[in-house]
Amino acid sequence: MGVAAIDRRDVRDNLGDDPGRRAPLVLGKHDNATITDKVCRIVEMPKPPKAWYVAFGIALTVTGVLGAMLAYLISTGVGVWGLNKPIAWGFDITNFVFWVGIGHAGTLISAILYLFRQNWRTGINRFAEAMTIFAVICAGMFPGIHTGRAWLDYWLFPLPNQMAMWPNFRSPLLWDVFAVSTYMTVSICFWYMGMIPDLATIRDRTTSKLKGAIYGIFALGWRGSNRHWHRYERAYLLLAAIATPLVLSVHSVVSFDFATSMMPGWHATIFPPYFVAGAIFGGFAMVLVLAVPCRQWFGLKDLITPRHLENMCKILLATGMMVGYAYAIEFFISWYSGNPAEGFVFINRAFGPYAWAYWTMVFCNVATPQVFWSRRARQNPWIIFGVAICVNVGMWFERFVIIVTSLHRDFLPSSWNMYFPTWVEVTTLVGSFGLFFTLFLLFLRFLPMVAMAEVKAVLQKQHHEAR
Amino acid sequence: MAGDRKLWGLVAEFRSADDLIRGAAAVREAGYTRWDAHAPFPVHGLDDAMGIKSTILPWLVLGAGLTGCSLGFLMQWWMNAVDYRFVIGGKPFNSLPTDIPVMFEVTVLFAALTAFSAMIILNGLPRLAHPLLRNARFRRATDDAFFISIEASDPRFDVAETEQLLRASGGTLVEWVEA
Repeated sequence: MGVAAIDRRDVRDNLGDDPGRRAPLVLGKHDNATITDKVCRIVEMPKPPKAWYVAFGIALTVTGVLGAMLAYLISTGVGVWGLNKPIAWGFDITNFVFWVGIGHAGTLISAILYLFRQNWRTGINRFAEAMTIFAVICAGMFPGIHTGRAWLDYWLFPLPNQMAMWPNFRSPLLWDVFAVSTYMTVSICFWYMGMIPDLATIRDRTTSKLKGAIYGIFALGWRGSNRHWHRYERAYLLLAAIATPLVLSVHSVVSFDFATSMMPGWHATIFPPYFVAGAIFGGFAMVLVLAVPCRQWFGLKDLITPRHLENMCKILLATGMMVGYAYAIEFFISWYSGNPAEGFVFINRAFGPYAWAYWTMVFCNVATPQVFWSRRARQNPWIIFGVAICVNVGMWFERFVIIVTSLHRDFLPSSWNMYFPTWVEVTTLVGSFGLFFTLFLLFLRFLPMVAMAEVKAVLQKQHHEAR
Repeated sequence: MAGDRKLWGLVAEFRSADDLIRGAAAVREAGYTRWDAHAPFPVHGLDDAMGIKSTILPWLVLGAGLTGCSLGFLMQWWMNAVDYRFVIGGKPFNSLPTDIPVMFEVTVLFAALTAFSAMIILNGLPRLAHPLLRNARFRRATDDAFFISIEASDPRFDVAETEQLLRASGGTLVEWVEA
C-alpha cells in the first residue's frame, strides 16, 4: 500500500491529463514525517541562508526609505506630490487599488478554491494568504496618507467625536473603509486559524525553551484532538463560505469609488466584475512571482509542483482574457452610449498624451499571458516568472490609466491638465514594495510557509487512491 | 508512576489513520465518554467512528451574522437619519440601497470573528499546558503519529481494563500520563 503503489511516472511529474487518474498533488516519496521535516526545517535552521540576509537587508532599507517619505509627506503636506486640479488622485490611489488587488489572490485561493474542493490549493494557500495580508497592509497605508492630515484619519470611522458628527454612509468612500478593514480582519483570522495546527507542530519539534514558549502561546494548546478538529473544520468551512462573497465584495466596493461618480471613463456598470477579475489576475501573478523562486530556494518542489504552477498559469490566462474583454467592452459602450464626453475619454486613453501607459497595459495584461496557451510555456519557470512580472506591471498601469486618464480630461476643457509624479511619489511606491518584501521575508523565516496539516490530509487521500 | 502525582489517563499510539478509526470505534463501543483521538490532520471518518455530535458552531455564526446585519443597518440609520441629519446630493437621509454594502461588511465581520472565536472557546482553548503535552512521545501527534487518550476521570476508567482495551483495539505502546 501507500507510496510504493503509485505509478512511477507520478513520482517525477504530475502533468498527465488522463481524466481517469487523479494527478497526485505531492510528488516524490513522501509520508507525513517527511512533509513535517521539509517545511519545519526552513523555520528551524539556526541561521537562514546568506541570500535571505541580503534580501532582507535590501527590503529593510527600502522600507526605511518609505518611512522617510511618509515622515516628509506628513510633516510637509500633500503638496510634495504632483497632484493638481483636476487630478486629485494619482499614484496614491493607483497604488492603493494595485495592492488591494494583489491582496485578493490569497483569500481567493483559501476560500473559493476550498469551497470548490480544489485540493491543489494546499501547497500554496499559506503563503498566498500571508501575501494577502501584507499586500492589504501596503494598500491600507495609501488612503490613510492621501487624506493630507493623516492624524485625523479616525474621522473615517464611526467614532463619537468632539464635533458630534457622524460619517456619511451614503458615500462609497466610506463603504471602502468598511470593506477593506473587514477584509483585513477576516484574512488575518483565516490565516492564523489555518496556521494553529502547524504552529503546534513547530512547538512540539523545537528543543529550545524560548521557541517552545513563543510558538506554544500562538499554538493555543493545540494537540490534534479530533473533537477539536471537528469544530475546527466546521469553522474553517464557514470562514471560507463567508470569505468568498467578501473577496468579491471588496474589489466591487473599491470599484464603486469610481463607478458611482459621474466621471466619464469611471461611470460604468461593468466596473465591479471587471475590477474583481483584474484583482484575481494581478493577485495570482504575484503568487507566481513569489512561488517560483521560493519553491526553488527552499526545496519545496515536491509540494509546490509543476501542476500547481500550471494551474495558476491557466487562471492567469483566463482572467487575463476577462480583463481584455472588459477593455473591449468599455470601448464599445463608450461608442454605443452616444455620450460625447464618454467617447472622447476612450479615444483619448488610447491615442492621447497617456497612450504609452494605455498600450503598456494592453501589452502586459492582454498580450503576454497568451503565451500560456502553450504547454511548454506553462511549464517553464523562467517564462512563468517573466509573464507574472509583466502582469504585475500591467495591472499597476491599468489602475493608473483608469484614474489619471479620466481625471486629466474633465468635462470642461479649461480645467484640463497633465499629471506627473514627483520623486516623492515614485519613492513611496518603491518603498511600499520594500515593506511588502520585509514582511514576507520575516514570514518565510519564522512561520510555516506550507500548510502541513492540509498537505498531510491530501497525501492520505492520495495514498488511499493509490491502493 | 513516579512520585505521588495523580494519574491523568492513558494514551496509546496507533500505527495509521485506519487503525485509529478502528480503535476509536472500539473505545466508543466500550462506553467511554471522556476520551479523545489525536491526529496530525483531520481524519476522514473518525468523527463517525467516535460518534461526535455536530457542533452548534454554525448556529452561533448564523446568529452573529444576523446580529451584525441588523446592527449595521441600525448604526447607519441612527447616525445619518436620526442623530446627525445632513443633506448630501439630495439623497434621502435613510437610504436602504446605500446601506447595503456596509450592512454586508458588518455581517461578514461578526460572522467571521464568531466562527474563529467560537472554535477556540468551544474547544477549551487557549491553554498553555496540558498533561498530554508533557508526554514526549505524544509530541508526534502534530507530526505523523496517531493516538487515543482516555481520561482517568471517565466513569468506566479502570487502569488494567482500559489498558487491555487499548491494546486489544490495535493500540501499541500504551503509556500512563500524569496529571
